[in-house]
Amino acid sequence: MSHKATIPIGPYHPLQEEPEFYKLVVEGERVVDVDVRIGYNHRGIEKISEGKSFDQAIFAVERICGICSGSHPIACVQAIEEIAKVEIPERALFIRSIIQELERLHSHMLWLGLAGHFLGYNTIFMWGWKYREPICDIMETVTGNRQNYGIMKVGGVRRDIEKEHVPYILSRLDEFTKQLDMLKGAILDDPVLHARLKGVGILTKEKAIDYAALGPTARASGVDIDARRDYPYAAYPRVKWNVITQKEGDVFAKTVVRILEMYESVNIIRQCLDKMPQGPIDAKVKDVPPGEGIGQIEAPRGECFHYIKSDGTNSPMRHKIRAPTFMNFATFRETVIGETVSDATIILAAIDPCYCCTERMVVVNSKDRELYKGPDLIKLSQEKTRLIKEKMQRL
Amino acid sequence: MGLKEKILARSIYVFHVSSGSCNNCDIEILDCLTPRFDLERFGVVLVGSVKHADAMLCTGSVNRLTVPRIKKLYEQMPKPGFVIAWGACGSSRGLFKDSYNTGAPLDEIIPVDAYIPGCPPKPEAVIGALVKLKEKILNKKAVK
Repeated sequence: MSHKATIPIGPYHPLQEEPEFYKLVVEGERVVDVDVRIGYNHRGIEKISEGKSFDQAIFAVERICGICSGSHPIACVQAIEEIAKVEIPERALFIRSIIQELERLHSHMLWLGLAGHFLGYNTIFMWGWKYREPICDIMETVTGNRQNYGIMKVGGVRRDIEKEHVPYILSRLDEFTKQLDMLKGAILDDPVLHARLKGVGILTKEKAIDYAALGPTARASGVDIDARRDYPYAAYPRVKWNVITQKEGDVFAKTVVRILEMYESVNIIRQCLDKMPQGPIDAKVKDVPPGEGIGQIEAPRGECFHYIKSDGTNSPMRHKIRAPTFMNFATFRETVIGETVSDATIILAAIDPCYCCTERMVVVNSKDRELYKGPDLIKLSQEKTRLIKEKMQRL
Repeated sequence: MGLKEKILARSIYVFHVSSGSCNNCDIEILDCLTPRFDLERFGVVLVGSVKHADAMLCTGSVNRLTVPRIKKLYEQMPKPGFVIAWGACGSSRGLFKDSYNTGAPLDEIIPVDAYIPGCPPKPEAVIGALVKLKEKILNKKAVK
């Protein structure tokens, strides 16, 4: 006996931060198929960026995602710097690393809180969001805004970390670490969370490699990848830290990876503040020559990739963005099928999906409208040229 | 001022509608409701369905796919219902004004009662906006 039922989740659902639509096909309690429909968040950032100058494009990509609003600009400026061949001052590299790690701290803490919310454990949700505040305060002190920092610039950074800020940052980090210790104990020693999360939504190492999973999702399955180590950038080669991996690949392993990564981030920030040299914070950039550049960085959710092509003018000719969730959310089919409906939400949330990062395409409804393909567009263009020619001749 | 307004002003239940935003305003909404800023002091509670809500918090530049959905959500909200346009995108479409996928501005789709500017607005600004909305509910002439 098999009776399949469809459970629609979304696009506006109490569990979701962003509008997206999941279609769960269930047989009794078990999920047998899953489908994701997105497009509610598409804003055409790539095209907007192509209409802006290189300096403005950085602010545009900052608005891709509010949680990774430090990562996208770094990837973007690295791509532009690769074209312009700019030498970045040491101090700017260290500031970039500090901003990135602060962002990782607040993003992982945010996920931890939301994961508690998805499990119905609202205490963790409130704790996580409360303990995230010291990081937001540091961000406000250093960059001037709680989110959307606006600190990246081609050739360096816009604002310096003042000498007076360092003791403040260190004291707030101490406060954060103490609370993190408590939260770590509360989560990792909780028998209920062990029962809910262990062995749920397993992504094996082979499958993680097949789906090209990135970031904490891959590292929790035992795939040892990290763009900070594999493609060194900013000040990461100059500090000592470890890449955290776990073998199990279940939701619990993903939680452990994120919690332990937060300790590494605090460690990196402390070392950066200690080793940061004095000097200028930005290099002069005259113009951007024609060429292509890429920026690869490790955002909190995985590797973020920006490709920029310049034709010698002051705006990008092509700007391609690939956010980490784009690779990670294909693993849904692997992890969620065969699990019960009650576990589906936490499994879907375990990769820390961010749809506003991912949505880079628009779906054209071709049923009631004619779809133009390459040859059709050429024909249209030739037709128009002919009409203009005739008009000119008449004049 | 009737009894209905008096009760409503003390417990505004809000529903969060993200219409193509960048998550920034959305996480600030949750920030406002969690212990640091704690909007529950003023009776503001996030609810799961628009049918239980008194106010809609609309974030993001409304894109083409969400225009009909926003209309539908507004129709489902029990009246008197209020709409708060959250952030630069919600108020004026911000950076995405010229984008090919941005639909109409929010205030041309549904009537908007309060605007909170900022990218993203700080939680203090949000508290200010809700206090103003309260005044508007209690005394319609006080805030224009």
